[in-house]
Amino acid sequence: MHGAAAMREIAVVAFAQTDHRRTTDELSEVEMLMPVLHGVLEQTGLKTADIDFTCSGSSDYLAGRAFSFTLALDGVGAWPPISESHVEMDGAWALYEAWTKLLTGDADTALVYSYGKSSPGSVRDVLTRQLDPYYVAPLWPDSVALAALQAQALIDAGDTDEPALAAVAARSRTDASANSHAQVRGSVPQGEYVVRPLRTGDCPPIGDGAAAVILAAGDRARELCERPAWIRGIDHRIEAHGLGVRELTDSPSARLAAEKAGAFERPVDTAELHAPFTAQEVVLRKALRLGDDVRVNPSGGALAANPVMAAGLIRIGEAAARIHRGESDRALAHATSGPCLQQNLVAVLEGDPR
Amino acid sequence: MSKEPVAVVGIGQTKHVAARRDVSIAGLVREAAQRALDDAELTWADIDAVVIGKAPDFFEGVMMPELYLADALGAVGKPMLRVHTAGSVGGSTALVAANLVAARVHGTVLTLAFEKQSESNAMWGLSLPIPFQQPLLAGAGGFFAPHVRAYMRRTGAPDTVGSLVAYKDRRNALKNPYAHLHEHDITLEKVQASPMLWDPIRYSETCPSSDGACAMVLTDRAGAARAPRPAAWMHGGAMRSEPTLFAGKDCVSPQAGKDCAADVYRQAGIADPRRDIDAVEMYVPFSWYEPMWLENLGFADEGEGWKLTESGVTELDGDLPVNMSGGVLSTNPIGASGMIRFAEAALQVRGQAGEHQVEGARRVLGHAYGGGSQFFSMWLVGSEPPAS
Repeated sequence: MHGAAAMREIAVVAFAQTDHRRTTDELSEVEMLMPVLHGVLEQTGLKTADIDFTCSGSSDYLAGRAFSFTLALDGVGAWPPISESHVEMDGAWALYEAWTKLLTGDADTALVYSYGKSSPGSVRDVLTRQLDPYYVAPLWPDSVALAALQAQALIDAGDTDEPALAAVAARSRTDASANSHAQVRGSVPQGEYVVRPLRTGDCPPIGDGAAAVILAAGDRARELCERPAWIRGIDHRIEAHGLGVRELTDSPSARLAAEKAGAFERPVDTAELHAPFTAQEVVLRKALRLGDDVRVNPSGGALAANPVMAAGLIRIGEAAARIHRGESDRALAHATSGPCLQQNLVAVLEGDPR
Repeated sequence: MSKEPVAVVGIGQTKHVAARRDVSIAGLVREAAQRALDDAELTWADIDAVVIGKAPDFFEGVMMPELYLADALGAVGKPMLRVHTAGSVGGSTALVAANLVAARVHGTVLTLAFEKQSESNAMWGLSLPIPFQQPLLAGAGGFFAPHVRAYMRRTGAPDTVGSLVAYKDRRNALKNPYAHLHEHDITLEKVQASPMLWDPIRYSETCPSSDGACAMVLTDRAGAARAPRPAAWMHGGAMRSEPTLFAGKDCVSPQAGKDCAADVYRQAGIADPRRDIDAVEMYVPFSWYEPMWLENLGFADEGEGWKLTESGVTELDGDLPVNMSGGVLSTNPIGASGMIRFAEAALQVRGQAGEHQVEGARRVLGHAYGGGSQFFSMWLVGSEPPAS
């Protein structure tokens, strides 16, 4: 990283998320978002007017209308006017933008939020609209089919097999039993094939949800949180879009992001991976060099709740919350976007020594 | 902790037209990016990160198109961010990119904004009905015309001011080879005789629909020292947002615009914008927004903006030239329109604006706005590095 030596100390000081659900027909996006915004403000005792910078992530394609984020802004309470920005990406990248804003010294606190409702449409079909519009999107290859290609490539390479994938699914849902926000918890049958070799259990639940995080710099972070989750490094990288030119059994972009974020300098005790499909956890464990001694997805991960556009930010929030609670000292959080892990973000979070 | 100064060392844009049927979306953005790299005499390998912006994804019918554009923009193996803040997005995108340099996260960043309106239909993109939510009226003009009326009533400005703005901007566009509309036979009479679309806004007082992209290479002091041509230096930049509609909102002169400008002026040490700023490239999609923004940005007292326009102050050879490029009234690839304003400001202080160059421009403001007059982004660039 360019000037890492002089980098400002910035931490996640609060995190809140909704109880993720299959449908939330009775709630607008704003109504779904409001409780989590209030949640992080209450945790820190901050008021809207105390926030120096606000940044959000969401998708018009999920909302089914243009400028959908403007409605959420009304809920934030942007009066008097606020310093604010929005990315058409998962909230993890909104957090990245806010982090750079705090690094410049122009802001000491930032509110980051994201939300997505997959329930109104068919998210498998909607996500096909992310693909090359001339050569791929007209064929409508859906997100499960593409993930199945990746899973089969892993099996063919001898990196995993169906029982191992089923074990990832079972572990995730068992861990989610302790997570009251999760959508799928406990013992869940692996089910039938959706797209071979992926079964129902290998796929994420479809659902709606929102999350919010507050970032603060230096002493401000120490005032607002007993044990801030310091961002020691954060980086993101993208790969080629064409699946034909990618090695689907590996994730060079996740590895590079982790390297730039300093993840390999010392071992982490916890990792929250944004792996919506079981096979993607296999890819990420290898790319991120996570040994068996690392606690992976204690929250249950995206296999337990996958509100699109928020699921990546939730990984950072979950990792930070474990540091806040003293259950982790150094954690890796990961977010992904695009087909078959095309784009990846890695953050390394640490708590002060206890 | 001091910020790293940010310099613009490369600018590229496409020739904006109604429909670029000869290129894909990828081809369009790459053309602008390659021109920005050529201007900076850099290669794709010199770029550390890419920050891209555009208006709603429905305008092309591609969800999060940056994923598909990673290859075309040489972003593979690099960080790529996608900004979307409505009509102000082109400006916001440049500011997000500038922050990466200012925070010393990266040394050299490529930033780009585009819209390929011919791929889809922006009117439809803005008109998807959602139950229980207030729809925008048909076309942006239907939303903004009442605010223009309110301005006219408030200030007593004569009906002709809007046509003067359009006549000026369309003539300025004749000097800009990249502008979409080149109306060689334009006259004031023709503007004033064009059909009324949304009273008081006539056809010739509205922006066109364009396909186009604009790119800039932003870099740090070391990068600027290596640059082959003069750099434009960022002296201040800010974004401000307010809700779409609420009791007490001033739709004519929104508080968020005033606050945004005040923040930029504070950073840049501007005490009196009318005296200290040499030219302005502002987001004027409908003619009357020139006098309205002149007041909102502090170049004229409240109610006095139209007098600057009427007396010729904002002409290319006037005392405060406004929209030297021909402005949004002559070129509107929506997502790129904000960045074109920012880029034009940078071209002016670099002395690279060609036929529409303002002689001796040393400090120029670039301005963008979006949504229901609620999202603002601005930067002030100078020919010299910032003092601090």
